Amino acid sequence: MIVTTEQSVPSLALVGGRLATTGEKATVTIQDGRIAEIAGPGSAQAAEQTIDIKGCLISAGFVDLCCNLREPGNGQKGNIASESRAAAHGGFTTLCASPDTSPVNDSGAVTNLILDVAATRSSVRILPIGAITRGLEGELLSDMAGLAGAGCVAMGNGSRPVRNARVLRRCMAYAQTFGLTVMFSPENQALAADGYAHDGLVASRLGLLGIPEVAETAAIMEMLLLAEETGVRLHLSQLSCARSVEMLVEARRRGISVTADVAMHQLLFTDDALSGFDSRFHVRPPLRSESDRKALLAGVREGVIDAITSQHQPHDSAAKQAPLAATEPGLSTIETTLSMGLLLVERGELSLQQLLRALTEGPASVLGRRAVIEPDAAADLCVFDPARTWAPSASTLCSAGIHHPFPSRSLPGVVQLTLCNGETAWASEPERSPIR
Amino acid sequence: MTAQDSLQDSLQDSPQNFPQGSPRTSLQLTGEGQLRHFLTLDGLDRALLTDILDTADSFIEVGERSIKKVPLLRGRTVVNLFFESSTRTRSTFELAAKRLSADVLNLDINTSATSKGESLSDTLLNLEAMASDMFVVRHAQSGAPHFIAESVTPGVAIINAGDGRHAHPTQAMLDMLTIRQHKGRFDGLKVAIVGDVLHSRVARSQIRALNELGAAEVRVIAPATLLPRDVESLGCSVEYDMAKGMKELDVVIMLRLQKERMEGALLPSEREFYRLYGLNREKLALAHPECIVMHPGPINRGVEIESAVADGPQSVILDQVTNGIAIRMAVMSMAMGGQMADRNRQSEERKTL
Repeated sequence: MIVTTEQSVPSLALVGGRLATTGEKATVTIQDGRIAEIAGPGSAQAAEQTIDIKGCLISAGFVDLCCNLREPGNGQKGNIASESRAAAHGGFTTLCASPDTSPVNDSGAVTNLILDVAATRSSVRILPIGAITRGLEGELLSDMAGLAGAGCVAMGNGSRPVRNARVLRRCMAYAQTFGLTVMFSPENQALAADGYAHDGLVASRLGLLGIPEVAETAAIMEMLLLAEETGVRLHLSQLSCARSVEMLVEARRRGISVTADVAMHQLLFTDDALSGFDSRFHVRPPLRSESDRKALLAGVREGVIDAITSQHQPHDSAAKQAPLAATEPGLSTIETTLSMGLLLVERGELSLQQLLRALTEGPASVLGRRAVIEPDAAADLCVFDPARTWAPSASTLCSAGIHHPFPSRSLPGVVQLTLCNGETAWASEPERSPIR
Repeated sequence: MTAQDSLQDSLQDSPQNFPQGSPRTSLQLTGEGQLRHFLTLDGLDRALLTDILDTADSFIEVGERSIKKVPLLRGRTVVNLFFESSTRTRSTFELAAKRLSADVLNLDINTSATSKGESLSDTLLNLEAMASDMFVVRHAQSGAPHFIAESVTPGVAIINAGDGRHAHPTQAMLDMLTIRQHKGRFDGLKVAIVGDVLHSRVARSQIRALNELGAAEVRVIAPATLLPRDVESLGCSVEYDMAKGMKELDVVIMLRLQKERMEGALLPSEREFYRLYGLNREKLALAHPECIVMHPGPINRGVEIESAVADGPQSVILDQVTNGIAIRMAVMSMAMGGQMADRNRQSEERKTL
């Protein structure tokens, strides 16, 4: 979705804001989709257009390693147009699209379809993840080289496990041949079985079927050993346990090329959220204990966990309107991810810099990309007012999925402006936005 | 207090915590603390549990009359919604509703709506539209009655007749009534629950009730594969060795063992289970001589319990069945009372507006 135009677009200056990373006042000037200049207050070159962003912070646009756009195939849950607009509303400018679509993104044709739709309907950059096994069945290798050629930035198996260790080993070896990054959500299916909640106090009390931590850690151990042997670049998606963070530290010490992410909701909520059988909090991996939450936060603070993802999973209302076990897992989070992070900053559990690193540079580096504000970088920017609050509701959210974690609560952090390649992807006050 | 208010309160009490889930106590109680649904024993205090037992006591006498009816639910429609088959529980609920003079509709959902692809919500909304006043719900999934009471038909009184592994509150209360009849108290009692606690909604509700009513000790006796994780957090101690666990017991409650447990690699065989955890005369002799023997039924003779014990002098298993009707009459009439109070208040609020 990189648009090159022959005639030059008027230059744009964002005036009166502060750089989120340093807190310094700065005027950011954008020309032809790229950052032209970052200057101190009053010293910027004249631009053809200016926007006053007083009181706001300017960050690089957020990068999401795990987002479900539901297109092709699941139109009742969302589509590329609705979910990319939601992403822009949440300050995201780059989305990795999960291969778990229908049909599965296991061929160049599906990748092309996604990119074609994105080119016309998405105002943010969409980077498809290719299915590493055909149909995500975990049995046969997909055409990985072809998928990469069509534009997939990494290979993964969506939220489904590759049950067979021999297949997993060959997936890694084949991906390594082409220098591809593999992304897996670690879950040992035999140990997870029919579970849908953390195997802990709440599950014991409510009689919920539990998924023990060892379902995740046993899968991570297997993946780390195979990654070490094959030399593939491994990314572990959506960690949920304290022990997983320890294993990650140890693996890095051994020199294994491994990165990891955690979903934002894992940093805020615990299995306690299920204590009223609230099906919104049916997520996978499940929300775990307070000590797991603390360890995951420490992992983000220390940079052991590279990225925070939205793990955005829009659903139609019927998917959540059933007894807990019969509902589909997933929260609609991409529009509240920044606000959730700012709540953690308010509580002193993360610094603003740690939060933004995990939403920008961290995930970008997993993909071998960058997300920084510097001259000549793509003008992918998120301008947000950390002091303003908003209340997520069916009328304020753009996503087709309205099962977000915070009904009737106001949240800090309003995204005022999202620019992708210098173009407006989201503006909270459209009259002040630059013309596209 | 509405759900919203208590959410607000819990936020103010502990600013460090985010709203997590929805509060459960307010779901089944009216603003005045009356029962309006009966979903779980969690959040119900000793006074209310005692109230249920006392009300049930008053209904036992009704069962002894020649005309076994009181007009408390006359003109009300009770729908027995059994998404999982059951003979005993359904018949006692049906009898209880009829003795309260309600109109009763029995629906075996396994063979009707859901097999045509209709969703649970749609089935219930249709039944509500037929002006039902109470749903008695049994469902294979934990939390199904909560879901119905909270999101589908909050204006219909929901009685949980057993949901997944979560709760079977009327069963636990009829057990409490039986214990009170035989022991006259809960203080100081030592009670053991033996067998498949992991899959048992009955055990979870019993542990909760015994703790709230003041039993001295609740032990669970089972191999580790049949216990939920951190089971002690429910309010019980764990004993793997049944001979040790039987010491000084006043009440022993045996749980039913499903045959499927062998297939799930939870147990090697019925024979080994019976040898280690089945209740026979020798093991019972280790308990207090006055120890009563209970079982929620249906009994697997020779798997959990020896016939001589099940039919023996210490067994109160059939008393449990009799008490089941009285407890269900108590809970149904109390929940209907709370539901009516709620409806009246709402209609008065509408008038004043």
